[in-house]
Amino acid sequence: MAEPAPPTLEVSGLAVEIATDNGLARILDDVALAVAPGEIAGVVGESGCGKSTLVRAVLGILPRGARVPRGAVLFQGADILGDGAAAARGRIGFIPQDPYLSLNPVFRAGDQILEIMRRHAPGRRADHVRRLVDLLRAVQIPEPEAALARYPHQFSGGQRQRLLIAAALSCDPALVVADEPTTALDVTTQREILALLARLARERGLAMLFVTHDFGVVAGLCDSVTVLYAGRVAEAGPVRAVLDEPRHPYARLLLACHPDRATDLAGIPGTVPPATRQPAGCRFHPRCPIAVADCAAAVPPPVAIGGGRRVACPRHDMALPVAELA
Amino acid sequence: MAAYVLRRILLALPALFGLVVLSFVLVRIVPGDPAATLAGDAATPQQVEEIRARYGLDRPLAEQLLVHLRQVMTGDFGRSVFSDRPVAEEIGQRLPATLELTFCALAMATVFGVGLGLAAALDHNGPVDHLVRLLSVAGLAVASFWLAILLQLLFAMDLDLLPLRGRIDVELGPPAERTGFFLVDALLEGRRDRFVDALRHLVLPAVTLALPGLATIARFTRSGVLETLQKDFVLYARAAGYGRFRLAAIYVLRNAVTATVTQVGLLFGALISGAVAVEAIFDWPGIGTYAVRAILSADYKALLAVTLVVGVVYAVVNVLVDVAQGLIDPRVADTSE
Amino acid sequence: MIALRRLLRDPVAALGLAIVLFALVVAVFAPWLAPYPEDAFESHIIQRLRPPSAEFPFGTDALGRDILSRVILGTRGALVVAVSVVLAAALIGVPIGLVAGWREGWLSDLLMRVTDVFLAVPQLILALALSQLMRPGLGTAMVALALTYWPFFARTVYAETRRLRVSLFVDALAAIGMPPRRILLAHILPNAAPAIIVRATIGMGFTILTAATLGFLGVGAAPPDPDWGLAVAESRQHLPEAWWFSTFPGLAILLLVLGLNLLGDGLRDVADPRLRRSRG
Repeated sequence: MAEPAPPTLEVSGLAVEIATDNGLARILDDVALAVAPGEIAGVVGESGCGKSTLVRAVLGILPRGARVPRGAVLFQGADILGDGAAAARGRIGFIPQDPYLSLNPVFRAGDQILEIMRRHAPGRRADHVRRLVDLLRAVQIPEPEAALARYPHQFSGGQRQRLLIAAALSCDPALVVADEPTTALDVTTQREILALLARLARERGLAMLFVTHDFGVVAGLCDSVTVLYAGRVAEAGPVRAVLDEPRHPYARLLLACHPDRATDLAGIPGTVPPATRQPAGCRFHPRCPIAVADCAAAVPPPVAIGGGRRVACPRHDMALPVAELA
Repeated sequence: MAAYVLRRILLALPALFGLVVLSFVLVRIVPGDPAATLAGDAATPQQVEEIRARYGLDRPLAEQLLVHLRQVMTGDFGRSVFSDRPVAEEIGQRLPATLELTFCALAMATVFGVGLGLAAALDHNGPVDHLVRLLSVAGLAVASFWLAILLQLLFAMDLDLLPLRGRIDVELGPPAERTGFFLVDALLEGRRDRFVDALRHLVLPAVTLALPGLATIARFTRSGVLETLQKDFVLYARAAGYGRFRLAAIYVLRNAVTATVTQVGLLFGALISGAVAVEAIFDWPGIGTYAVRAILSADYKALLAVTLVVGVVYAVVNVLVDVAQGLIDPRVADTSE
Repeated sequence: MIALRRLLRDPVAALGLAIVLFALVVAVFAPWLAPYPEDAFESHIIQRLRPPSAEFPFGTDALGRDILSRVILGTRGALVVAVSVVLAAALIGVPIGLVAGWREGWLSDLLMRVTDVFLAVPQLILALALSQLMRPGLGTAMVALALTYWPFFARTVYAETRRLRVSLFVDALAAIGMPPRRILLAHILPNAAPAIIVRATIGMGFTILTAATLGFLGVGAAPPDPDWGLAVAESRQHLPEAWWFSTFPGLAILLLVLGLNLLGDGLRDVADPRLRRSRG
């Protein structure tokens, strides 16, 4: 990231609440992040940390009963949380989590993507078909013309994910939102898809918001990373800096306990608290080895610590107990 | 697809064979003597014996069954003891009337049932939803013979809007027979007056017959749509920018109706049952009234034939349903997996 | 008890239960509840076809009998027919479903094919034919209805048995050497009971409708039975003047069948949350 370009996506102070049977759940609180053109921004967190809600907020498909009490989602400078969301969404592509479930089994794959293209850019079907065939070739689907007429169950999982990538690119997006796009795939296919995404993003200068629970994927793909914990940003910054020298106790625990860093976020004692019963103050303090009484008293705001990094922990300079790192 | 259809047809044949055997056995083993019933209460034992011999009822049961099977294979259903005319001919005349009625009822039930079910699902827990749910439970609880009478009372007798009974006005006369379907025949001969009159005669019986099916279809469509709306691909389609109407009316509905289509096939048996009562009330000259007459006059040849014909129609409808399933959901007909 | 409480929490199912209980009370105490209990068989030609009034809330029929009394008196018949037909059908269908579901091979195949053939014949035609061949009357109509309804039980129990047969607890019972007969009767049958009860409840509604249709067509109950279907049939000759004659007996059928269906739906929800009509 040589020169600071205006961000394609800018999320600031975003809070999302959902009414549940057990009371109001604040799924996201004071979340901020930015994605510059050509940048791949990773969002990492355990399941239940609010990743999916963040994705839905950006895409404008929050579930019924969700409220946004504060915050903004700016796409190319325009707030897309309120009106104008539909118009903006035209230039936001979406790659969903599960390629097996995300295509309607009773319609031809080609027709489903063509319908998306038609919604975004009215035009002759023949033109759309020609563009789509080019796209399918770009995502390395063999015999793209024949593939248009096939049904989803006639493709393998990896091919289906390629189809969905083509669909995301079909509206000529400025931003692509990818929600754990490789979790449902086997390891070899995962690598191919990630390599494909990296290449496409570079070639087309796309901004990409890449949500995952896998630090290994972040390390290989992303330029920057935001670590979410229980709906709040724990730490954010350039990917190399954060991975080499994490500062938030949560990020440090996650990365330190595994030698090659390619770890799932599962190796910390305790669990993420349910969204309806969040602890006061710092939400990580019940699981934190260096917590003090103050940590339960007030919410620590993310603080800039230089090098484009932010950490939401006033004790980020403290050493962790050796036993925790063993 | 062709292989799939062929397999469906072949699967239906053993069931039809079973139906022929079973109906024959049932008619013959239940207590009661067809010869005695045919001869009437005043007959002498000698007269009963004569009738027994004339209809082959004195032979061993297995032999009678073989004779019956051979006749059925050649399309020979014997002669009606009531009218002394060939049963096949009588059924041939009456079947189109019943089919016209049941197809109209089925079409009505499908169109309104799917529409109401979709409307209810999209208004989940709202007023439309509650209304449709109430209607669908009530629709299955109404005795069709009673509903028929109420409709006659209201629309034919009190308001005088629609004809009370029959298929067509006596003075107008039936259209020249080509298909036996009055609506089609009237169109073929270009007689608008006959078409309108036949249509007016169809309304009340078809509505009566359609109601239980409509209720069932609305129920299944509603739950099918609700289930489909939960699927990942609907969320994805919303995220990708599908329009609201297109999403509900085409994208979701096509998945949701697979269960409904199966129901349509199963409903057909109930429709024929319903047609028996409805035809009796509206003097509809179909096989429902024919079956009742055959039963009441112990015309067992006619009864066996009616049962088989109904079974064949049922089997054909269900093969069509399977084909429709294959067209709606490509995974069903895909044998490559 | 938990099941009952869950049932009552659904207002629609609770309404169904209330209707069915009401019908039961009416059926049991009919002779005391009916204003003119002797009208079950006595006629009073002098007061024939009177419209509804304070004296005769539902009017009188062609023989001058109080229709309200006859509707009340007919409740017992309707329920007796429904319960005995469904019971008899269950006694035939449940064992067939258990055996066909448990066994593999030709016996199972044969039983289910026969079941399917029965299902392919319209119930009403089959019931009509059977009851006519066995001399028409209410008794034979009931036998005929039972003979046409058992396949539904067989299908339901077959599906349940197939599902349970492969479950771990059945494997465990077989492993400790329990004989199949005991596994079927003591373990699989109780587990299939909810499905059977739901099927029976809905079957009772269906039976009442079909029995009324048989009565209407003249092969079920015979005069002077206070049968609802028969009353509607008799009323046809007196239309359009005596609208009340056909209306109230038909309403009684509607109400009772509605109650049974609502109850059946509610029971289905309680018995099997997977099939719950999602109410969000």
